[in-house]
Amino acid sequence: MTRRKLTRRIAMHLLLVPFLVFALFPFYHMVLTSLKQNKELYDRNAVPLLISQGPTLEHYTKLLWETAFLTWTKNSLLVTMIATSVSLVIATVAAYALARLQFFAVGSLGTGIFVTYLVPTSLLFLPLAQVVNWLGLGDSKLALVVTYPTFLVPFCTWLLMGYFRTVPKEVEECAMVDGATRIQALWRIVLPIAVPGLVCAALFAFTLSWNEFIYALTFTSSSDQITASVGVTSELIRGDIYYWGSLMAGAVLASVPIVVLYVFFLDYYVSGLTAGAIK
Amino acid sequence: MAIGSVGVATASRSSSLRTRVGELLDREQWLGPIFVSPALVLLLLLVAYPFCMALYFSVSNAFIGRPSHFIGIRNFINLWQSDAFRQTFQNAFVFCGAAVGAKLVLGISLALLLDQQLWFKRLIRGAVLLPWVIPTALSTLGWWWMFNSLYSVVNWTGLTLGLMDPPGPNWLGQKYYAMTAVVVVNIWRGLPFFVITILAGLVAIPRELYEAAEADGAGSFARFWHVTLPLLKPVLAIVVLFSTIFTFSDFNIVFVLTHGGPINSTHLFATLARQVGLETGRIGEGAAISLYLFPVLMLVVWAQLRFVRKQAY
Repeated sequence: MTRRKLTRRIAMHLLLVPFLVFALFPFYHMVLTSLKQNKELYDRNAVPLLISQGPTLEHYTKLLWETAFLTWTKNSLLVTMIATSVSLVIATVAAYALARLQFFAVGSLGTGIFVTYLVPTSLLFLPLAQVVNWLGLGDSKLALVVTYPTFLVPFCTWLLMGYFRTVPKEVEECAMVDGATRIQALWRIVLPIAVPGLVCAALFAFTLSWNEFIYALTFTSSSDQITASVGVTSELIRGDIYYWGSLMAGAVLASVPIVVLYVFFLDYYVSGLTAGAIK
Repeated sequence: MAIGSVGVATASRSSSLRTRVGELLDREQWLGPIFVSPALVLLLLLVAYPFCMALYFSVSNAFIGRPSHFIGIRNFINLWQSDAFRQTFQNAFVFCGAAVGAKLVLGISLALLLDQQLWFKRLIRGAVLLPWVIPTALSTLGWWWMFNSLYSVVNWTGLTLGLMDPPGPNWLGQKYYAMTAVVVVNIWRGLPFFVITILAGLVAIPRELYEAAEADGAGSFARFWHVTLPLLKPVLAIVVLFSTIFTFSDFNIVFVLTHGGPINSTHLFATLARQVGLETGRIGEGAAISLYLFPVLMLVVWAQLRFVRKQAY
Protein backbone atom coordinates (compact mmCIF):
# COMPACT_ATOMS: atom_id res chain seq x y z
CA MET A 1 0.00 0.00 0.00
CA THR A 2 1.40 3.37 -0.95
CA ARG A 3 1.74 6.13 1.60
CA ARG A 4 -1.00 8.19 -0.07
CA LYS A 5 -3.45 5.30 -0.01
CA LEU A 6 -2.71 4.64 3.66
CA THR A 7 -3.33 8.28 4.63
CA ARG A 8 -6.56 8.21 2.70
CA ARG A 9 -7.67 5.06 4.44
CA ILE A 10 -6.90 6.49 7.88
CA ALA A 11 -8.81 9.65 6.98
CA MET A 12 -11.84 7.56 6.04
CA HIS A 13 -11.77 5.88 9.43
CA LEU A 14 -11.50 9.23 11.19
CA LEU A 15 -14.56 10.46 9.27
CA LEU A 16 -16.45 7.40 10.49
CA VAL A 17 -15.78 8.15 14.16
CA PRO A 18 -18.60 10.72 14.67
CA PHE A 19 -21.12 8.33 13.07
CA LEU A 20 -20.00 5.46 15.27
CA VAL A 21 -20.13 7.59 18.41
CA PHE A 22 -23.65 8.71 17.46
CA ALA A 23 -24.78 5.12 16.85
CA LEU A 24 -23.18 3.53 19.91
CA PHE A 25 -23.04 6.16 22.63
CA PRO A 26 -26.68 5.74 23.78
CA PHE A 27 -26.04 2.03 24.41
CA TYR A 28 -22.78 2.73 26.22
CA HIS A 29 -24.52 5.28 28.40
CA MET A 30 -27.42 2.93 29.15
CA VAL A 31 -25.12 0.12 30.25
CA LEU A 32 -23.00 2.54 32.27
CA THR A 33 -26.03 4.00 34.06
CA SER A 34 -27.34 0.55 34.91
CA LEU A 35 -24.03 -0.31 36.60
CA LYS A 36 -23.56 2.88 38.62
CA GLN A 37 -24.32 3.29 42.30
CA ASN A 38 -27.14 5.71 43.05
CA LYS A 39 -24.90 8.13 44.89
CA GLU A 40 -22.74 8.54 41.81
CA LEU A 41 -25.73 8.56 39.46
CA TYR A 42 -27.28 11.57 41.18
CA ASP A 43 -24.02 13.38 41.95
CA ARG A 44 -24.06 16.43 39.69
CA ASN A 45 -20.30 16.90 40.01
CA ALA A 46 -19.42 13.41 38.82
CA VAL A 47 -18.23 12.79 35.28
CA PRO A 48 -21.17 10.98 33.61
CA LEU A 49 -19.02 9.25 30.98
CA LEU A 50 -17.28 6.88 33.39
CA ILE A 51 -17.88 4.87 36.53
CA SER A 52 -15.54 6.38 39.09
CA GLN A 53 -17.03 5.19 42.38
CA GLY A 54 -17.14 1.47 41.61
CA PRO A 55 -19.74 -0.56 39.69
CA THR A 56 -22.71 -2.31 41.25
CA LEU A 57 -25.27 -4.89 40.22
CA GLU A 58 -27.91 -3.65 42.68
CA HIS A 59 -30.13 -2.26 39.90
CA TYR A 60 -30.17 -5.62 38.16
CA THR A 61 -30.92 -7.59 41.32
CA LYS A 62 -33.65 -5.10 42.21
CA LEU A 63 -35.11 -5.44 38.72
CA LEU A 64 -35.10 -9.23 38.79
CA TRP A 65 -36.36 -9.81 42.32
CA GLU A 66 -38.49 -6.79 43.17
CA THR A 67 -40.34 -6.25 39.90
CA ALA A 68 -42.28 -8.54 37.54
CA PHE A 69 -39.54 -8.20 34.92
CA LEU A 70 -39.12 -11.96 34.51
CA THR A 71 -42.86 -12.38 33.89
CA TRP A 72 -42.80 -9.65 31.24
CA THR A 73 -39.84 -11.29 29.53
CA LYS A 74 -41.59 -14.65 29.61
CA ASN A 75 -44.67 -13.04 28.03
CA SER A 76 -42.53 -11.43 25.35
CA LEU A 77 -40.85 -14.74 24.55
CA LEU A 78 -44.13 -16.63 24.39
CA VAL A 79 -45.89 -14.08 22.20
CA THR A 80 -42.88 -13.70 19.92
CA MET A 81 -42.31 -17.43 19.46
CA ILE A 82 -45.94 -18.27 18.68
CA ALA A 83 -46.56 -15.24 16.47
CA THR A 84 -43.32 -15.87 14.57
CA SER A 85 -43.96 -19.56 13.90
CA VAL A 86 -47.59 -19.10 12.90
CA SER A 87 -46.75 -16.18 10.62
CA LEU A 88 -43.86 -18.04 9.05
CA VAL A 89 -46.03 -21.01 8.07
CA ILE A 90 -48.83 -18.83 6.68
CA ALA A 91 -46.34 -16.63 4.84
CA THR A 92 -44.34 -19.52 3.35
CA VAL A 93 -47.27 -21.16 1.61
CA ALA A 94 -48.71 -17.80 0.52
CA ALA A 95 -45.35 -16.63 -0.83
CA TYR A 96 -44.81 -19.88 -2.74
CA ALA A 97 -48.24 -19.62 -4.36
CA LEU A 98 -47.82 -15.95 -5.23
CA ALA A 99 -44.31 -16.37 -6.60
CA ARG A 100 -44.77 -19.64 -8.49
CA LEU A 101 -48.34 -20.61 -9.27
CA GLN A 102 -50.72 -19.31 -11.91
CA PHE A 103 -54.24 -18.82 -10.60
CA PHE A 104 -57.14 -16.41 -10.40
CA ALA A 105 -56.13 -12.86 -9.40
CA VAL A 106 -52.58 -13.85 -8.42
CA GLY A 107 -51.16 -10.49 -9.50
CA SER A 108 -53.59 -8.36 -7.52
CA LEU A 109 -53.17 -10.57 -4.46
CA GLY A 110 -49.43 -9.95 -4.59
CA THR A 111 -50.02 -6.23 -4.81
CA GLY A 112 -52.49 -6.48 -1.92
CA ILE A 113 -49.84 -8.13 0.26
CA PHE A 114 -47.40 -5.38 -0.63
CA VAL A 115 -49.93 -2.69 0.30
CA THR A 116 -50.76 -4.27 3.68
CA TYR A 117 -47.01 -4.52 4.31
CA LEU A 118 -46.90 -0.72 4.16
CA VAL A 119 -49.91 -0.14 6.45
CA PRO A 120 -48.49 1.26 9.69
CA THR A 121 -49.67 -0.32 12.95
CA SER A 122 -50.52 3.12 14.29
CA LEU A 123 -53.27 3.46 11.67
CA LEU A 124 -55.33 0.50 12.90
CA PHE A 125 -54.75 0.14 16.63
CA LEU A 126 -58.00 1.84 17.71
CA PRO A 127 -60.44 -0.37 15.77
CA LEU A 128 -58.26 -3.44 16.39
CA ALA A 129 -58.65 -2.83 20.12
CA GLN A 130 -62.41 -3.21 19.59
CA VAL A 131 -61.95 -6.41 17.58
CA VAL A 132 -59.72 -7.77 20.32
CA ASN A 133 -62.41 -7.03 22.92
CA TRP A 134 -65.08 -8.74 20.82
CA LEU A 135 -62.88 -11.81 20.56
CA GLY A 136 -62.78 -11.82 24.35
CA LEU A 137 -59.03 -11.21 24.36
CA GLY A 138 -59.02 -7.81 26.06
CA ASP A 139 -56.00 -7.42 28.36
CA SER A 140 -54.57 -10.78 27.35
CA LYS A 141 -51.25 -11.62 25.76
CA LEU A 142 -53.19 -13.87 23.37
CA ALA A 143 -54.46 -10.67 21.76
CA LEU A 144 -50.86 -10.04 20.67
CA VAL A 145 -50.46 -13.57 19.31
CA VAL A 146 -53.53 -12.93 17.16
CA THR A 147 -52.68 -9.41 16.00
CA TYR A 148 -48.91 -9.59 15.42
CA PRO A 149 -49.34 -11.77 12.31
CA THR A 150 -51.17 -8.84 10.69
CA PHE A 151 -47.82 -7.15 10.10
CA LEU A 152 -45.56 -10.23 10.20
CA VAL A 153 -47.36 -12.17 7.44
CA PRO A 154 -47.21 -9.39 4.80
CA PHE A 155 -43.56 -8.72 5.60
CA CYS A 156 -42.49 -12.38 5.53
CA THR A 157 -44.57 -13.12 2.43
CA TRP A 158 -42.97 -10.24 0.60
CA LEU A 159 -39.49 -11.28 1.67
CA LEU A 160 -40.03 -14.95 0.79
CA MET A 161 -41.58 -14.20 -2.60
CA GLY A 162 -38.25 -12.67 -3.51
CA TYR A 163 -36.38 -15.79 -2.37
CA PHE A 164 -38.70 -18.23 -4.11
CA ARG A 165 -38.30 -16.35 -7.37
CA THR A 166 -34.54 -16.95 -7.21
CA VAL A 167 -35.01 -20.75 -7.05
CA PRO A 168 -34.79 -21.94 -10.68
CA LYS A 169 -38.11 -23.29 -11.94
CA GLU A 170 -36.34 -26.19 -13.70
CA VAL A 171 -35.24 -27.78 -10.41
CA GLU A 172 -38.84 -28.09 -9.34
CA GLU A 173 -40.06 -29.22 -12.77
CA CYS A 174 -37.43 -31.97 -12.85
CA ALA A 175 -38.73 -33.36 -9.57
CA MET A 176 -42.28 -33.27 -10.87
CA VAL A 177 -41.33 -35.04 -14.09
CA ASP A 178 -39.82 -37.75 -11.87
CA GLY A 179 -43.24 -38.27 -10.33
CA ALA A 180 -43.22 -35.98 -7.30
CA THR A 181 -46.37 -34.01 -6.61
CA ARG A 182 -46.17 -30.26 -6.37
CA ILE A 183 -46.34 -30.34 -2.59
CA GLN A 184 -43.54 -32.92 -2.42
CA ALA A 185 -41.49 -30.77 -4.76
CA LEU A 186 -42.09 -27.75 -2.52
CA TRP A 187 -41.27 -29.67 0.66
CA ARG A 188 -38.24 -31.62 -0.58
CA ILE A 189 -36.72 -29.36 -3.22
CA VAL A 190 -37.78 -25.72 -2.97
CA LEU A 191 -37.87 -25.24 0.80
CA PRO A 192 -34.37 -26.69 1.41
CA ILE A 193 -32.99 -24.32 -1.25
CA ALA A 194 -34.85 -21.40 0.32
CA VAL A 195 -33.55 -22.06 3.86
CA PRO A 196 -31.52 -18.80 3.99
CA GLY A 197 -34.70 -16.92 3.09
CA LEU A 198 -36.68 -18.75 5.76
CA VAL A 199 -34.02 -18.02 8.39
CA CYS A 200 -34.04 -14.38 7.37
CA ALA A 201 -37.84 -14.17 7.54
CA ALA A 202 -37.85 -15.90 10.94
CA LEU A 203 -35.22 -13.50 12.30
CA PHE A 204 -37.09 -10.44 11.11
CA ALA A 205 -40.41 -11.74 12.37
CA PHE A 206 -38.82 -12.43 15.76
CA THR A 207 -37.23 -8.97 15.88
CA LEU A 208 -40.36 -7.16 14.72
CA SER A 209 -42.60 -8.84 17.26
CA TRP A 210 -40.10 -8.52 20.10
CA ASN A 211 -39.79 -4.80 19.34
CA GLU A 212 -43.52 -4.16 18.79
CA PHE A 213 -44.83 -1.52 21.15
CA ILE A 214 -48.09 0.20 20.22
CA TYR A 215 -50.27 -2.96 20.06
CA ALA A 216 -48.75 -4.33 23.25
CA LEU A 217 -49.32 -1.00 24.99
CA THR A 218 -52.92 -0.77 23.77
CA PHE A 219 -54.17 -4.35 24.08
CA THR A 220 -52.58 -5.38 27.38
CA SER A 221 -52.24 -3.61 30.70
CA SER A 222 -52.12 -6.05 33.64
CA SER A 223 -48.68 -6.72 35.01
CA ASP A 224 -48.94 -10.45 34.27
CA GLN A 225 -49.92 -9.98 30.61
CA ILE A 226 -47.66 -7.16 29.35
CA THR A 227 -44.48 -7.64 27.32
CA ALA A 228 -40.98 -6.56 28.29
CA SER A 229 -40.96 -3.23 26.39
CA VAL A 230 -44.30 -2.20 27.89
CA GLY A 231 -43.36 -3.37 31.37
CA VAL A 232 -40.08 -1.47 31.41
CA THR A 233 -41.55 1.75 29.98
CA SER A 234 -44.71 1.82 32.08
CA GLU A 235 -44.29 -0.13 35.31
CA LEU A 236 -40.78 0.99 36.22
CA ILE A 237 -41.73 4.66 36.07
CA ARG A 238 -43.86 5.63 39.02
CA GLY A 239 -44.84 9.26 39.48
CA ASP A 240 -42.02 11.74 39.40
CA ILE A 241 -39.41 9.53 40.99
CA TYR A 242 -37.50 7.70 38.30
CA TYR A 243 -35.44 4.72 39.16
CA TRP A 244 -32.97 5.46 36.42
CA GLY A 245 -30.61 2.65 37.39
CA SER A 246 -33.18 -0.13 37.22
CA LEU A 247 -34.93 1.54 34.27
CA MET A 248 -31.71 1.35 32.24
CA ALA A 249 -31.02 -2.16 33.55
CA GLY A 250 -34.48 -3.17 32.28
CA ALA A 251 -33.88 -1.59 28.88
CA VAL A 252 -30.52 -3.37 28.59
CA LEU A 253 -31.75 -6.79 29.71
CA ALA A 254 -34.87 -6.69 27.53
CA SER A 255 -32.66 -6.02 24.50
CA VAL A 256 -30.37 -8.98 25.17
CA PRO A 257 -32.29 -11.61 23.13
CA ILE A 258 -32.20 -9.38 20.06
CA VAL A 259 -28.52 -8.53 20.54
CA VAL A 260 -27.64 -12.24 20.80
CA LEU A 261 -29.50 -13.05 17.56
CA TYR A 262 -27.96 -10.02 15.95
CA VAL A 263 -24.40 -11.00 16.80
CA PHE A 264 -24.87 -14.48 15.34
CA PHE A 265 -26.89 -13.56 12.28
CA LEU A 266 -25.62 -10.10 11.28
CA ASP A 267 -25.40 -10.99 7.58
CA TYR A 268 -29.00 -12.16 7.51
CA TYR A 269 -30.12 -8.89 9.03
CA VAL A 270 -28.22 -6.96 6.39
CA SER A 271 -29.61 -8.98 3.49
CA GLY A 272 -33.15 -8.96 4.89
CA LEU A 273 -33.13 -5.23 5.41
CA THR A 274 -32.21 -4.54 1.80
CA ALA A 275 -34.39 -7.33 0.37
CA GLY A 276 -37.45 -6.16 2.27
CA ALA A 277 -37.23 -2.78 0.62
CA ILE A 278 -35.84 -3.51 -2.81
CA LYS A 279 -37.21 -6.86 -3.99
CA MET B 1 -63.89 -63.80 2.85
CA ALA B 2 -66.59 -61.17 3.27
CA ILE B 3 -64.53 -59.32 5.84
CA GLY B 4 -61.59 -59.28 3.47
CA SER B 5 -63.60 -57.82 0.57
CA VAL B 6 -65.01 -55.04 2.77
CA GLY B 7 -61.49 -54.16 3.81
CA VAL B 8 -60.34 -54.01 0.21
CA ALA B 9 -63.32 -51.91 -0.82
CA THR B 10 -62.70 -49.30 1.93
CA ALA B 11 -59.05 -49.21 1.13
CA SER B 12 -59.65 -48.62 -2.58
CA ARG B 13 -62.31 -45.97 -1.87
CA SER B 14 -60.03 -44.04 0.53
CA SER B 15 -57.10 -44.35 -1.84
CA SER B 16 -59.19 -43.06 -4.75
CA LEU B 17 -60.28 -40.13 -2.56
CA ARG B 18 -56.67 -39.50 -1.74
CA THR B 19 -55.58 -39.57 -5.37
CA ARG B 20 -58.44 -37.26 -6.25
CA VAL B 21 -57.41 -34.76 -3.56
CA GLY B 22 -53.82 -35.25 -4.67
CA GLU B 23 -54.70 -34.48 -8.28
CA LEU B 24 -56.63 -31.42 -7.16
CA LEU B 25 -53.65 -30.17 -5.17
CA ASP B 26 -51.41 -30.68 -8.17
CA ARG B 27 -53.42 -28.21 -10.21
CA GLU B 28 -52.16 -24.66 -9.88
CA GLN B 29 -55.57 -23.03 -10.08
CA TRP B 30 -56.61 -25.00 -6.97
CA LEU B 31 -53.38 -25.16 -4.98
CA GLY B 32 -52.74 -21.42 -5.36
CA PRO B 33 -55.95 -20.22 -3.71
CA ILE B 34 -55.63 -22.89 -0.99
CA PHE B 35 -52.11 -21.72 -0.16
CA VAL B 36 -53.06 -18.06 -0.16
CA SER B 37 -56.28 -18.41 1.81
CA PRO B 38 -54.85 -18.45 5.39
CA ALA B 39 -53.01 -15.20 4.74
CA LEU B 40 -56.02 -13.76 2.95
CA VAL B 41 -58.46 -14.63 5.75
CA LEU B 42 -56.12 -13.18 8.36
CA LEU B 43 -55.63 -9.94 6.48
CA LEU B 44 -59.32 -9.55 5.65
CA LEU B 45 -60.37 -10.11 9.27
CA LEU B 46 -57.64 -8.17 11.03
CA VAL B 47 -56.58 -5.50 8.53
CA ALA B 48 -59.36 -4.84 6.01
CA TYR B 49 -62.21 -5.16 8.51
CA PRO B 50 -60.61 -2.92 11.18
CA PHE B 51 -59.86 -0.45 8.43
CA CYS B 52 -63.55 -0.29 7.53
CA MET B 53 -64.30 0.10 11.23
CA ALA B 54 -61.87 3.01 11.37
CA LEU B 55 -63.74 4.61 8.47
CA TYR B 56 -67.05 4.14 10.30
CA PHE B 57 -65.69 5.34 13.66
CA SER B 58 -64.39 8.50 12.06
CA VAL B 59 -67.92 9.52 11.02
CA SER B 60 -69.55 8.47 14.29
CA ASN B 61 -69.60 9.72 17.85
CA ALA B 62 -68.17 6.40 19.13
CA PHE B 63 -67.16 6.58 22.76
CA ILE B 64 -65.72 3.75 24.84
CA GLY B 65 -68.57 1.58 26.17
CA ARG B 66 -71.45 3.48 24.56
CA PRO B 67 -73.50 2.84 21.40
CA SER B 68 -72.46 5.11 18.54
CA HIS B 69 -74.38 7.14 15.98
CA PHE B 70 -73.57 8.48 12.57
CA ILE B 71 -72.61 12.14 12.81
CA GLY B 72 -71.18 12.84 9.34
CA ILE B 73 -67.93 14.74 9.11
CA ARG B 74 -68.39 16.50 12.44
CA ASN B 75 -65.28 14.82 13.89
CA PHE B 76 -63.15 16.24 11.12
CA ILE B 77 -64.64 19.72 11.61
CA ASN B 78 -64.07 19.49 15.35
CA LEU B 79 -60.48 18.46 14.74
CA TRP B 80 -59.72 21.46 12.58
CA GLN B 81 -61.12 23.68 15.29
CA SER B 82 -58.83 22.21 17.94
CA ASP B 83 -55.44 23.79 18.50
CA ALA B 84 -53.97 20.44 19.49
CA PHE B 85 -54.86 18.91 16.13
CA ARG B 86 -53.68 21.85 14.03
CA GLN B 87 -50.42 21.79 15.97
CA THR B 88 -50.11 18.03 15.40
CA PHE B 89 -50.74 18.41 11.68
CA GLN B 90 -47.92 20.92 11.46
CA ASN B 91 -45.64 18.81 13.70
CA ALA B 92 -46.10 15.77 11.48
CA PHE B 93 -44.79 17.60 8.42
CA VAL B 94 -41.94 19.31 10.28
CA PHE B 95 -40.92 16.04 11.95
CA CYS B 96 -41.14 13.97 8.79
CA GLY B 97 -39.47 16.56 6.56
CA ALA B 98 -36.58 17.20 8.92
CA ALA B 99 -36.01 13.57 9.83
CA VAL B 100 -36.25 12.10 6.33
CA GLY B 101 -34.13 14.92 4.86
CA ALA B 102 -31.40 14.44 7.45
CA LYS B 103 -31.48 10.66 7.14
CA LEU B 104 -31.12 10.94 3.37
CA VAL B 105 -28.09 13.26 3.50
CA LEU B 106 -26.40 11.42 6.38
CA GLY B 107 -27.35 8.06 4.87
CA ILE B 108 -25.67 8.83 1.53
CA SER B 109 -22.57 10.17 3.29
CA LEU B 110 -22.20 7.21 5.60
CA ALA B 111 -22.91 4.71 2.81
CA LEU B 112 -20.18 6.33 0.69
CA LEU B 113 -17.78 6.00 3.63
CA LEU B 114 -18.68 2.36 4.21
CA ASP B 115 -18.17 1.63 0.51
CA GLN B 116 -14.46 2.48 0.91
CA GLN B 117 -11.67 0.08 1.76
CA LEU B 118 -11.94 -0.27 5.52
CA TRP B 119 -10.44 -2.28 8.33
CA PHE B 120 -12.98 -4.17 10.49
CA LYS B 121 -15.62 -3.68 7.80
CA ARG B 122 -18.03 -6.22 9.28
CA LEU B 123 -17.67 -4.86 12.80
CA ILE B 124 -18.29 -1.29 11.65
CA ARG B 125 -21.32 -2.32 9.64
CA GLY B 126 -22.65 -4.19 12.66
CA ALA B 127 -22.23 -1.15 14.88
CA VAL B 128 -23.93 1.14 12.37
CA LEU B 129 -26.95 -1.17 12.06
CA LEU B 130 -27.38 -1.71 15.81
CA PRO B 131 -29.83 1.16 16.59
CA TRP B 132 -32.24 -0.34 14.07
CA VAL B 133 -32.53 -3.78 15.72
CA ILE B 134 -32.82 -2.77 19.39
CA PRO B 135 -36.43 -2.28 20.56
CA THR B 136 -37.16 1.39 19.88
CA ALA B 137 -39.23 1.93 23.00
CA LEU B 138 -36.28 0.77 25.12
CA SER B 139 -33.50 2.61 23.35
CA THR B 140 -35.64 5.75 23.46
CA LEU B 141 -35.64 5.36 27.26
CA GLY B 142 -31.88 5.70 27.05
CA TRP B 143 -32.26 8.91 25.07
CA TRP B 144 -34.85 10.15 27.56
CA TRP B 145 -32.25 9.78 30.29
CA MET B 146 -29.64 11.49 28.09
CA PHE B 147 -31.99 14.47 27.70
CA ASN B 148 -32.96 14.54 31.39
CA SER B 149 -33.36 18.09 32.68
CA LEU B 150 -31.01 17.65 35.64
CA TYR B 151 -28.53 14.98 34.64
CA SER B 152 -28.36 15.33 30.85
CA VAL B 153 -25.13 13.86 29.54
CA VAL B 154 -25.70 15.82 26.33
CA ASN B 155 -25.62 19.08 28.25
CA TRP B 156 -22.70 17.94 30.38
CA THR B 157 -20.69 17.27 27.24
CA GLY B 158 -21.79 20.53 25.64
CA LEU B 159 -20.87 22.53 28.73
CA THR B 160 -17.53 20.77 29.18
CA LEU B 161 -16.60 21.44 25.56
CA GLY B 162 -17.79 25.04 25.94
CA LEU B 163 -20.49 24.68 23.28
CA MET B 164 -23.40 25.64 25.56
CA ASP B 165 -24.11 28.31 28.13
CA PRO B 166 -24.95 26.95 31.59
CA PRO B 167 -27.32 25.37 32.41
CA GLY B 168 -27.83 24.29 28.79
CA PRO B 169 -31.18 23.72 27.09
CA ASN B 170 -34.01 21.92 28.85
CA TRP B 171 -34.38 19.50 25.96
CA LEU B 172 -37.76 17.99 26.63
CA GLY B 173 -39.33 20.99 28.37
CA GLN B 174 -39.00 23.60 25.64
CA LYS B 175 -40.94 23.56 22.41
CA TYR B 176 -38.27 23.70 19.71
CA TYR B 177 -35.70 21.73 21.67
CA ALA B 178 -38.25 18.97 22.27
CA MET B 179 -38.95 18.75 18.53
CA THR B 180 -35.22 18.68 17.86
CA ALA B 181 -34.76 15.88 20.38
CA VAL B 182 -37.53 13.79 18.84
CA VAL B 183 -36.13 14.33 15.34
CA VAL B 184 -32.60 13.40 16.48
CA VAL B 185 -33.79 10.13 18.00
CA ASN B 186 -35.73 9.33 14.84
CA ILE B 187 -32.64 9.99 12.74
CA TRP B 188 -30.58 7.82 15.06
CA ARG B 189 -33.02 4.94 14.82
CA GLY B 190 -33.80 5.25 11.07
CA LEU B 191 -30.34 5.99 9.66
CA PRO B 192 -29.22 2.32 9.48
CA PHE B 193 -32.05 1.50 7.06
CA PHE B 194 -30.89 4.28 4.74
CA VAL B 195 -27.22 3.37 5.04
CA ILE B 196 -27.58 -0.35 4.43
CA THR B 197 -30.01 0.04 1.54
CA ILE B 198 -28.02 2.80 -0.15
CA LEU B 199 -24.85 0.79 0.36
CA ALA B 200 -26.46 -2.14 -1.46
CA GLY B 201 -27.26 0.27 -4.29
CA LEU B 202 -23.68 1.61 -4.35
CA VAL B 203 -22.14 -1.84 -4.51
CA ALA B 204 -24.31 -2.64 -7.55
CA ILE B 205 -22.86 0.25 -9.60
CA PRO B 206 -20.30 -1.19 -12.07
CA ARG B 207 -16.74 -0.04 -11.30
CA GLU B 208 -16.02 0.46 -15.03
CA LEU B 209 -18.28 3.51 -15.06
CA TYR B 210 -16.09 5.22 -12.46
CA GLU B 211 -12.93 4.25 -14.34
CA ALA B 212 -14.37 5.62 -17.56
CA ALA B 213 -15.38 8.86 -15.84
CA GLU B 214 -11.93 9.15 -14.28
CA ALA B 215 -10.31 8.61 -17.67
CA ASP B 216 -12.44 11.47 -19.00
CA GLY B 217 -10.94 13.66 -16.29
CA ALA B 218 -13.87 13.75 -13.84
CA GLY B 219 -12.91 14.62 -10.27
CA SER B 220 -14.34 12.77 -7.31
CA PHE B 221 -17.23 15.21 -6.88
CA ALA B 222 -18.08 15.08 -10.57
CA ARG B 223 -18.01 11.28 -10.43
CA PHE B 224 -20.41 11.35 -7.49
CA TRP B 225 -22.74 13.88 -9.14
CA HIS B 226 -22.81 12.44 -12.66
CA VAL B 227 -22.33 8.71 -12.05
CA THR B 228 -23.25 7.72 -8.50
CA LEU B 229 -26.27 9.93 -7.89
CA PRO B 230 -28.18 9.22 -11.13
CA LEU B 231 -27.64 5.48 -10.77
CA LEU B 232 -28.70 5.56 -7.13
CA LYS B 233 -31.94 7.36 -7.89
CA PRO B 234 -34.22 4.28 -7.89
CA VAL B 235 -32.79 3.08 -4.57
CA LEU B 236 -33.05 6.54 -3.05
CA ALA B 237 -36.67 6.79 -4.20
CA ILE B 238 -37.55 3.50 -2.50
CA VAL B 239 -35.77 4.40 0.72
CA VAL B 240 -37.37 7.82 0.93
CA LEU B 241 -40.85 6.45 0.22
CA PHE B 242 -40.55 3.72 2.84
CA SER B 243 -39.09 6.05 5.39
CA THR B 244 -41.77 8.69 4.75
CA ILE B 245 -44.60 6.36 5.68
CA PHE B 246 -42.81 4.95 8.72
CA THR B 247 -41.65 8.35 9.97
CA PHE B 248 -45.05 9.91 9.46
CA SER B 249 -46.73 7.17 11.44
CA ASP B 250 -44.11 7.11 14.19
CA PHE B 251 -45.41 6.48 17.67
CA ASN B 252 -42.79 4.93 19.95
CA ILE B 253 -40.25 7.73 20.04
CA VAL B 254 -42.67 10.55 20.78
CA PHE B 255 -44.69 8.47 23.22
CA VAL B 256 -41.67 7.55 25.33
CA LEU B 257 -39.67 10.76 24.99
CA THR B 258 -42.23 13.56 25.36
CA HIS B 259 -45.76 12.12 25.41
CA GLY B 260 -46.50 14.80 22.80
CA GLY B 261 -45.55 17.65 25.09
CA PRO B 262 -44.69 20.31 25.98
CA ILE B 263 -48.15 21.71 25.10
CA ASN B 264 -48.65 19.37 22.11
CA SER B 265 -45.54 20.67 20.41
CA THR B 266 -44.27 17.18 19.52
CA HIS B 267 -47.56 15.28 19.09
CA LEU B 268 -47.80 13.20 15.92
CA PHE B 269 -51.01 11.70 14.49
CA ALA B 270 -50.44 8.35 16.18
CA THR B 271 -49.76 9.74 19.64
CA LEU B 272 -52.62 12.24 19.49
CA ALA B 273 -54.95 9.50 18.21
CA ARG B 274 -54.06 7.38 21.20
CA GLN B 275 -54.53 10.24 23.65
CA VAL B 276 -57.92 11.26 22.22
CA GLY B 277 -59.15 7.78 21.39
CA LEU B 278 -58.06 5.83 24.45
CA GLU B 279 -57.10 8.19 27.26
CA THR B 280 -60.17 10.41 26.84
CA GLY B 281 -62.29 7.68 25.22
CA ARG B 282 -63.43 9.56 22.10
CA ILE B 283 -62.77 6.68 19.71
CA GLY B 284 -64.56 8.40 16.83
CA GLU B 285 -62.31 11.42 16.95
CA GLY B 286 -59.24 9.25 17.58
CA ALA B 287 -60.01 7.17 14.49
CA ALA B 288 -60.44 10.34 12.45
CA ILE B 289 -56.95 11.46 13.53
CA SER B 290 -55.40 8.08 12.62
CA LEU B 291 -57.01 8.28 9.20
CA TYR B 292 -54.89 11.32 8.39
CA LEU B 293 -52.09 8.79 7.91
CA PHE B 294 -54.08 7.22 5.09
CA PRO B 295 -53.49 9.82 2.34
CA VAL B 296 -49.75 9.58 3.00
CA LEU B 297 -49.96 5.81 2.80
CA MET B 298 -51.89 6.01 -0.48
CA LEU B 299 -49.41 8.45 -1.95
CA VAL B 300 -46.49 6.21 -1.08
CA VAL B 301 -48.21 3.08 -2.37
CA TRP B 302 -49.15 4.84 -5.58
CA ALA B 303 -45.63 6.13 -6.12
CA GLN B 304 -44.13 2.71 -5.36
CA LEU B 305 -46.40 0.88 -7.76
CA ARG B 306 -46.29 3.49 -10.48
CA PHE B 307 -42.63 4.42 -10.64
CA VAL B 308 -40.42 2.20 -8.62
CA ARG B 309 -41.71 -1.28 -9.29
CA LYS B 310 -42.25 -0.53 -12.94
CA GLN B 311 -38.53 0.10 -13.26
CA ALA B 312 -37.73 -3.11 -11.42
CA TYR B 313 -39.62 -5.33 -13.87
